[in-house]
Amino acid sequence: MSSIPDMMDVSIWRGDGTFGQFESFKVPAQESQTILDVVAWVQQNQDPTLTYRYACRVGMCGSCAMMVNGVPRWTCRTHVKKVLVNNNLEVGPLRNLPVIKDLATDMDPFFDKWVAAEGVHHPTKTRDAPIEPILPTNAGRVEASSGIECINCSVCYAACDTVANNPDYLGPAALQRAWTVYNDSKDANKQAVLDAVSGVGGCHNCHSQGSCTVHCPNGLNPMNAIAGLKRVTAMSFFKNGK
Amino acid sequence: MLDIRLYMLQRISALIMAPLTLGHIAVMIYAIQGGLTTAEILGRTQGSVLWFSFYGTFVIAASVHAAIGLRVILSEMVTLPRFALSVFTWGSCLILLFMGARAVSAVTML
Repeated sequence: MSSIPDMMDVSIWRGDGTFGQFESFKVPAQESQTILDVVAWVQQNQDPTLTYRYACRVGMCGSCAMMVNGVPRWTCRTHVKKVLVNNNLEVGPLRNLPVIKDLATDMDPFFDKWVAAEGVHHPTKTRDAPIEPILPTNAGRVEASSGIECINCSVCYAACDTVANNPDYLGPAALQRAWTVYNDSKDANKQAVLDAVSGVGGCHNCHSQGSCTVHCPNGLNPMNAIAGLKRVTAMSFFKNGK
Repeated sequence: MLDIRLYMLQRISALIMAPLTLGHIAVMIYAIQGGLTTAEILGRTQGSVLWFSFYGTFVIAASVHAAIGLRVILSEMVTLPRFALSVFTWGSCLILLFMGARAVSAVTML
């Protein structure tokens, strides 16, 4: 196990998206310490005005994602020892999202795109109908299940170069959600999903660079979901002309 | 800046180009190996409906494919209004089509 010096040099972004700079802090190193611990220590001991967002601290809520040494990560589950470079850490707000203050980003564009991608359930029945059993081995269910562990942390969105270069692009998380809904046999309007992901910001803008899949903290594969959407929209184009 | 229509156009044009590219490479290798002169090549291609169709299709597919590809690159490098992007796409397509048509007519027309 590599030894860690007593104090670490930590640079944290201060300001909003337009104005700001990295500010340096000395933070005591611990044997077991996450990036979120480091940020919390700075806020509690050095500068109470430091703004950041977190909730569950166990990798379930998806609120604490930040750029750590230029890479998007869930900070509550990222150990310092894994990412410390020459005793330095650089912590910034998530890429591709407007910065509200310091490390807190405005997640609205991210969630607006979930809605734009038609990632909502279109019911086939009323709430009074009996629950329809779905076999876990059903092919559509297997595809849908592969994406449902998304915690909406926006790490994939921050990692995506297509999002960075094309503000209209829906992004990996929203498209993966659309793919999940499309494969749900209880969903009544699959064409609405296909229409939503076939516009100018849709799945066809993806260059399959795979940053979303590489960086997803839950090990999901949004690139595969987007490839699935490209396949079914192409088939729909030949069948229905759209 | 790709919707399903442009995406499918680019994929279908790529599908058309793939075998034509292989055919073009094969013809070039054959022509070089056999030591054909320019006059001998033109003697076979000029007036040939087959070669006109082969390279004519190639030029149309390449013009469509390249114009959409350039559109994607430009849209991700520079912020442009959608109308300007469409003008650029059509412009690229027509320039490539004109240049390609000139080459095809020179080689296959009598």
